[in-house]
Amino acid sequence: MLAYNSEENLSGSQNRRITWDGCSVLLDINDGDRVLFARLTAGSKIKIGDKNCSLQPLIGCPFGSSFQVEVGAGGPFLAPMIPNAEGNGLSEKTDDQTMEECRDNRALVDNNTAQSLTGEDIDGMRRKGATGDEIVQALIANSATFEKKTAFSQEKYRIKKQKKYAPRVLLRRPFARSICEAYFKKHAEKIGFLRVDTLSLLLSLANVTAHSNVLVFDMLDGIVTGSVAERMGGTGYVCNPHCGTTPLPISIVRMFNFSDETCKRILHASLTELQPSTGENSTSDDQLVDECNIKEQQNKDTLSSSAKDMVNMEENSTANMDTDNNVAASPKSAKTVKAGEKAPPETIKHWNENGFSSLIIAAPNLDAWDVAKDLVPLLAYSAPFVIYHQYLQPLATCMHNLQSNKMAINLQVSEPWLREYQVLPSRTHPHMQMSSSGGYLLSGTRISSSDQN
Amino acid sequence: MLPTDSTKTLSFKRCITEGDLVIVYERHDVMKAVQVSEKGVLQNRFGIFKHSDWIGKPFGSKIFSSKGGFVYLLAPTPELWTLVLSHRTQILYIADISFVVMYLEIVPGCVVLESGTGSGSLSTSLARAVAPHGHVYTFDFHEQRAASAREDFEHTGLSSLVTVGVRDIQGEGFPDEFSGRADSVFLDLPQPWLAIPSAAKMLQQDGVLCSFSPCIEQVQRSCETLKSSFTDIRTFEILLNTYEVREGHLPSWQDGDGVLASLKGCKKRQRSTNGQENSRPQTVLARRMGETRGHTGYLTFARLSCIR
Repeated sequence: MLAYNSEENLSGSQNRRITWDGCSVLLDINDGDRVLFARLTAGSKIKIGDKNCSLQPLIGCPFGSSFQVEVGAGGPFLAPMIPNAEGNGLSEKTDDQTMEECRDNRALVDNNTAQSLTGEDIDGMRRKGATGDEIVQALIANSATFEKKTAFSQEKYRIKKQKKYAPRVLLRRPFARSICEAYFKKHAEKIGFLRVDTLSLLLSLANVTAHSNVLVFDMLDGIVTGSVAERMGGTGYVCNPHCGTTPLPISIVRMFNFSDETCKRILHASLTELQPSTGENSTSDDQLVDECNIKEQQNKDTLSSSAKDMVNMEENSTANMDTDNNVAASPKSAKTVKAGEKAPPETIKHWNENGFSSLIIAAPNLDAWDVAKDLVPLLAYSAPFVIYHQYLQPLATCMHNLQSNKMAINLQVSEPWLREYQVLPSRTHPHMQMSSSGGYLLSGTRISSSDQN
Repeated sequence: MLPTDSTKTLSFKRCITEGDLVIVYERHDVMKAVQVSEKGVLQNRFGIFKHSDWIGKPFGSKIFSSKGGFVYLLAPTPELWTLVLSHRTQILYIADISFVVMYLEIVPGCVVLESGTGSGSLSTSLARAVAPHGHVYTFDFHEQRAASAREDFEHTGLSSLVTVGVRDIQGEGFPDEFSGRADSVFLDLPQPWLAIPSAAKMLQQDGVLCSFSPCIEQVQRSCETLKSSFTDIRTFEILLNTYEVREGHLPSWQDGDGVLASLKGCKKRQRSTNGQENSRPQTVLARRMGETRGHTGYLTFARLSCIR
């Protein structure tokens, strides 16, 4: 590889721009066709099509680098692509874009005879050591109809063949943005159908920033916890509350390349510990504790079953994005500090005395009000909270209850709408398919209860 | 505004003191930023409020006027600030702001370049995202606007995180001192394509750029320019639907009185308050707000190509 180790040291480990041994990465295969998570180690492998490639060549490369699958003497391997030298006949010919397209599809007949190269021919080329690009070139040269196609469909044809015969892998940094997008694309149900724009809005509305103390009830396997921790840079605390004794799983947190300092800041505590036992407004608190105890009993079964799920996820968690289990996992590498330890008593005491500076609830299978009524009182006065739900109704009811119980103001249910565009000369339009809902948010500000009259 | 100063952190014990910036909340769409001073007085449609009554109360308190009207006093956040700041230009709103921060992959410690500064609505959120050790350098060619923005950042306690410069970024590009140092660049300029080559020079390897433009022609031209040194070029439009929630009584169609009453909204409300003839429980109803922002701008993101 070329020497990449210049600059850096500006912004610490959370912002490293070159991969290292043991680092978590996102691999974007064929321009978004497949996205998967992997941990880079000497032994880890990835399967693309029918080829197993070692991820070793990706270690020490800058994020943003592209690789192409090539077949050498020792089998298939990932070869770095030299960008801008991309003129291997595969780059889009966009210079003639202003030229009006005069070809159309009137002469095209779909009878499957246009390609004169057979599968055997291609295998033969491969055996003689032809590169993927050369095969694509040959396919184009032997296509009887290629020249008759419009420039756009020529491009489409090239890309289709390139994906098959010369698949590409793009190395990406795992950020809240890319992790959420990757999950939403393939396993939206695992993150409760939380779209990236909704997540971004949630983080804003909750005023997440360095030195905050954020209470995060996260039933989305840690995507929210991780995104919050990412915004805090190893300062403040993220607290995951839980009823009963079992903390909720947060396995997605491991996909972020968090420093030990950041991991240390992600803690969990039970609701009973978080609720001040004695205090100014003791009666209502006692009631809450009682209710919680009852609920603890009721929830035991459901919680333990979700804990089992966690174990299942853990087993293949480096590859859990990818149903085919394509990444040979090298789990639990030399991670010294684990995120999600139990909160020490002095930290809990600090929370009890001061309250949290933000609250986020993301529990798409629970009743929003049921959770909010217990957690909103743990917030400092004037602190913001945000509740995510994939359905509107529970949030509407919760908003109504918060209002009638005078617990909060500045209440709003919102739903972002996101549309992506294709921008090309004379061919700009919104994408033909879009996600119609990324979920709903209820946001508000807790008010001081002392002077209610 | 940000909890970098531990004495100002929100807590059960944190009370309003002289010099604090508070957001006076009347309604979700009527708010005002006020700097608390011992002798200060706020007058609005609810009556006269003396600042001296506020001092010592916790944030989030309900405060009554001489006439018995009330408001709430809230601690400022970038979201509330966006709703109260003085509009010197068209500003970015929360949906666009949130998406920009996330898509630019801004985390604590980042160096972010912005142009133009405008009213500083986005800069405030950028500052929150780079805190505590990062920095936002924002540029506007309008000297007075830059000065007002600087004053605002002083006011909101962000001046250690944001530096405002006066510079025509379209004409001159970003200052050379930032070359290769920026994690992200944000452009809100009438001809962003003029600033893109400079932005590319400023960005670190794999850094992300965003350009906000209200018109599709601007987007078209920017994308053309971006192609030479950026990849992963994507354009989005983001809007926010908000919902109106109320409790309502939907009578059975066989309940003749109820049906007639439901035809006249106000009479129905009287009935439901005496609660007698509500054979059916109240339902919580939600619907999208009647009128909404239909367009703000297009957001184009691109990542600096990995060359070298």
